[in-house]
Amino acid sequence: MILAQAASSLFDWDWVGRNIDSIWRRTVEHLALTGVALVAGIVIASALAAVAIRKPRTYPTITAATGLLYTIPALAVFALVAPLVGIGTVTQRFITAEIALISYTLLILIRNIVTGVNGVPAGVREAAAGMGYSEGERIRQIELPLALPAVMAGIRIATVTVIGLVTVTSLLGLGGLGFFILDGLRRSIIFPTEIIVGVVLSVALAAALDIGLLGIGRVLTPWAREGDR
Amino acid sequence: MGSQVQTDTMIRLDNVAKVFAGASQPAVANLSLDVDRGELVVLLGPSGCGKTTTLKMINRLIEPTSGRIEVDGRDVMSVAPHELRRSIGYVIQEVGLFPHRTIAQNMATVPKLLGWDAGRINERVAELTVLVGLDRSMLERYPTELSGGQQQRVGVARALAADPPVLLMDEPFGAVDPIVRGHLQWEFLELQSRLGKTVVFVTHDIDEAILLGSRIAILNVGGVLEQHDTPERILASPANEFVESFIGGERGLRRLALRPIGEAVVSRGPVIDITGTPDEAVRLMEEHGVSWVGLLSGDQLLGWVDASEIDGRPLAALTPREFLVSLRSDSSLRSALDAVVTSHARMAVVVDDGIYRGMVDLEAIAEEITE
Repeated sequence: MILAQAASSLFDWDWVGRNIDSIWRRTVEHLALTGVALVAGIVIASALAAVAIRKPRTYPTITAATGLLYTIPALAVFALVAPLVGIGTVTQRFITAEIALISYTLLILIRNIVTGVNGVPAGVREAAAGMGYSEGERIRQIELPLALPAVMAGIRIATVTVIGLVTVTSLLGLGGLGFFILDGLRRSIIFPTEIIVGVVLSVALAAALDIGLLGIGRVLTPWAREGDR
Repeated sequence: MGSQVQTDTMIRLDNVAKVFAGASQPAVANLSLDVDRGELVVLLGPSGCGKTTTLKMINRLIEPTSGRIEVDGRDVMSVAPHELRRSIGYVIQEVGLFPHRTIAQNMATVPKLLGWDAGRINERVAELTVLVGLDRSMLERYPTELSGGQQQRVGVARALAADPPVLLMDEPFGAVDPIVRGHLQWEFLELQSRLGKTVVFVTHDIDEAILLGSRIAILNVGGVLEQHDTPERILASPANEFVESFIGGERGLRRLALRPIGEAVVSRGPVIDITGTPDEAVRLMEEHGVSWVGLLSGDQLLGWVDASEIDGRPLAALTPREFLVSLRSDSSLRSALDAVVTSHARMAVVVDDGIYRGMVDLEAIAEEITE
């Protein structure tokens, strides 16, 4: 439990010092929840995007379905999924949370993957076929690398979205930085320091990951920068 | 040429037809066409004539509905498409360089697919760079950093990388501006004269077809072959009204484009060596009925001087003015005619690598036409 004293000022640095281990643990939890959701989201979105690219007629249905998921409020998703999965154990609560988180990444990721791959110029595709790439080689060596800038943009948006949503999963008792916000609010006298720590760290995490992914994207696609006119 | 029995056919289309799904009319209807080894055949026709479809059936980017296509004696349908395509160079109007790969990597595309080792690939890329006249400094750049003309040179280099015997080109110079297009056409002609590939070249530009084609196959809408012959003969005797209207007016002029200036048209003209006397120069001008004279030093053409400038002075002391337009012996009669009619003196000089060959005038060209 967090040891706290009545706040005399708006921000209590002593509290931070005393709870540094807990802050670190919650941050790691936050990153883990985010990471699992993103990796699973990318895997599922890639599969659905592949279907949408091969069978363009399915694309409207896929975007409509994932779009619907995107519009459902996070709390409502928990409420819908929880009875199905159960929330008795940590594992059940974890799965419930991840289902909600993943469902928010899908629309963004699928749209960006499909846009990226479909944005490969027809001439490039034709030249690749004409040079003698098999279909698999063409997708792996030409189309996916060329879709990468759009895909990376999607991953960045999905990451920032998920970081924000993970603060809500604290309601399921899964920790993360949302824990501090919730805990700060739950006290008989609201404790601002704890809330501020939770909010500032989750915003900082989102910003750091966004910039990190931007950097990774630049390193992976040197051609995209130099091509800017 | 065209009517001889062809014993060395590289590409043979036998009764080939293509009907696209859902189309009422065939895109190509029962087309038979032979392309000899080392020949450059142009598929020429209006849009909708199936020329691109025909080209793409050769490397199986499009599969024929019926008929048979052979490349080097092999039925293309008996070879796996990606293997077939690795043995056939392919150049398209959009170029289609891979934007995420450097110029060197783009050129290495097919050798890499064929599994060449790195050393052999590097050597080949260096050769190709020289072959298509690119600067080595471009090899590590990305395609978007190059001009359209440079990109298409890379496109040609990429197609030639694995030294395929056959090259398919779909309006390769169609997207660049006319000046660059002219350069690329001449460069390609020169390249082709050295490499002797079998080329099938699609265009809708009659002048390009005449310039490049050893034979031209003129296609009508629906892939109907109207005439397949040398440019000279198509211009001289179009097979039917369609061909005649498609190749358009100025047939006489277009034929001139096919013929080099040559010896017959060139005369010595009013020129005198600077060791000559002023009196001789004056006499020469009178003979030719002109008021200027060209000055030579040995076989070098120095320029020209006006009659009024001579005025008894030694010829070597004069400052000759340069001829603005000069032709080469291998320039076409069409360019000679253009030079003559636009020149003030109604004459054009012919100089090969600094050596004076003579002059061309309107009369000589007219005589050559009527011959």
